[in-house]
Amino acid sequence: MRLYRLQAEIRAVEKRAYDLFLQNLIKGTSHLALGHEAVAAGFAAAQNKDDWTFCTYRGHHHTLARGASMEGVLGELMGRQCGLMQGKGGSMHLTDVAHGAMGSYAIVGAHLPIAAGAAWTAQYRKTGQVAMCFFGDGATNIGAFHEALNMAAVWKLPVIFVCENNLYMEYTPISQVTAVEHPAADRARAYGLESIIVDGNDADAVYRVARTAVQRARAGEGPSLIEAKTYRHSGHSRADPAKYRPDDELKAWLARDPVPMYRKRLIEMGIVEDEVARIDADVADAVNRATETAKASPTPDLSVIDKDVWADGGSAWRN
Amino acid sequence: MAELTYRDAVAAGIAQEMARDESVVFLGEDVAAAGGVFKATVGLLEKFGPIRVRDTPISEQAILGAAMGAAMTGLRPIAEIMFSDFLAVCWDIVANEIAKTRYMTAGQVTLPLVIRTANGAGSRFGAQHSQSVENWAMSVPGLKVVAPSTPADVIGLLAAAVRDPDPVVFFEHKSLYATKGEVPDGEHVDTLGTAKVLRRGGDVTVLALAAMVPRAIAAVERLKSEHGIDATVVDVRSLVPLDTKTILAEIVRTGRMVTVEENPRLCGWGAEIASIAAEECFYDLDAPIVRITTPHVPLPSADALEDATVPNVERIVETIRRAVD
Repeated sequence: MRLYRLQAEIRAVEKRAYDLFLQNLIKGTSHLALGHEAVAAGFAAAQNKDDWTFCTYRGHHHTLARGASMEGVLGELMGRQCGLMQGKGGSMHLTDVAHGAMGSYAIVGAHLPIAAGAAWTAQYRKTGQVAMCFFGDGATNIGAFHEALNMAAVWKLPVIFVCENNLYMEYTPISQVTAVEHPAADRARAYGLESIIVDGNDADAVYRVARTAVQRARAGEGPSLIEAKTYRHSGHSRADPAKYRPDDELKAWLARDPVPMYRKRLIEMGIVEDEVARIDADVADAVNRATETAKASPTPDLSVIDKDVWADGGSAWRN
Repeated sequence: MAELTYRDAVAAGIAQEMARDESVVFLGEDVAAAGGVFKATVGLLEKFGPIRVRDTPISEQAILGAAMGAAMTGLRPIAEIMFSDFLAVCWDIVANEIAKTRYMTAGQVTLPLVIRTANGAGSRFGAQHSQSVENWAMSVPGLKVVAPSTPADVIGLLAAAVRDPDPVVFFEHKSLYATKGEVPDGEHVDTLGTAKVLRRGGDVTVLALAAMVPRAIAAVERLKSEHGIDATVVDVRSLVPLDTKTILAEIVRTGRMVTVEENPRLCGWGAEIASIAAEECFYDLDAPIVRITTPHVPLPSADALEDATVPNVERIVETIRRAVD
């Protein structure tokens, strides 16, 4: 049920984000995770509260899955005071440290070594914490991916690298620009790691793989690299209508939409449909309330422009 | 007071901080078992063990990324980038990640980390191992930037950098590693953002940084003995924060400002100070501001060429003499 609720929440917030774009209440760009819900929910369910999540500019789902508030997320997207970062980060940098969401990084691949560093803290302090790091298929072709995988493997760090392979590197099919079939899993052996592929549209399957990797990391057995096959329902970003995708491919993946798929599974398992419907209604209500809260929130006070460059709260570079 | 080399001061400074605070960790290429390619970190592995003092692969993004991840989760890493030129291969982590994350997250993330790196010319290593790139770091909001010129300052400013809650880029000068100087006994901690007046004279104020400090001093001594020109020398030490109070006061006192910068001409630190001086003490200046810099070229390798490219004592003497006459 928790897995379903998480997925439903993410779905609802992402759809709302899309609507708010159309109303011009969200400016700039945004990279929606519609279709990626099961990956976020499955991994988040395997984490402890004090574990860390590092994700990319397509990171609304992971931030929400860790427990960030809907109004904090929507408010940030809308550039309001109630945003997670008071409007200073925006869609591509959602961060909620209090919930273990250690940041969304918008330079492809940059956060893999950062997640490894967090894992080093856990290793050095023997805290048992695990760092999870999510990235797209495109990131597997950038240097930082390989640097981080190698160092994490050599140092046996408690970090789990998760490639959300949605088949497209921005606008280009990943297969056209990658020398191997499975952009992450086929590289695992190069770092002495097991090749792991999971159906990223099946939250239960994701959860099982995640749990195993987390146990391994906590036991000091080092990092894992997991490739979750999934599909984004919309374009790369707000600007992309995704016309480059073949109709039959899109249709096949939409037929495997993780949220209705999981809903159906719950009912087949014997959960009363009313109970599932109640979750749907709760979620819809929560998104509506969060939207109204965010809309009512003022734009950030302009004084924040000069704040928080430094730990003293200010931005002075001279005396 | 003991006499130490600049090189040994690096290891002493790191050891002082690691012994004091168990959250300080140290990583970089060849820094542990080999003691550093400049032998500036000898003995640290033996003292603090392989989980705190870590040899890394040649993976600069991984080094600084790991430092950032460790810093945001409670450690105080010191990361070494062997040559400052190599900052270019991990500049994303420096300029996009480390520098911006605190601001973008409205203060949710704190990054107490130090990036140590060997900067500058003098070793005949050619253009990819000899640049002075402190102005790269100076131009990015969110980074503090320090460049010590003496062994005592290496220890004191390194300690201050490690204890500072913000990211500090610490430029050691590779041609200073063999130089010697007195260092205070016991724990030594200096203050970031402070320039130091090394010598006072009434005719002209000379601002210098890192390896240009001893050259400026040598030049000024000759100006005094050979030409009767009496100069003030300020070791700028810290580019961010910049001690404009001390620097401007010394400029106003003599009415003349000369910078000695190892960086290539455009956008060197002296240009920023010159613009501040022009805005804030223009009417106290008796003469145009003069910047002595490396010309705007990549550094050549041959000793004769390198020596003629970077500001040397003769050029400093000659330029100041003409400016004051």
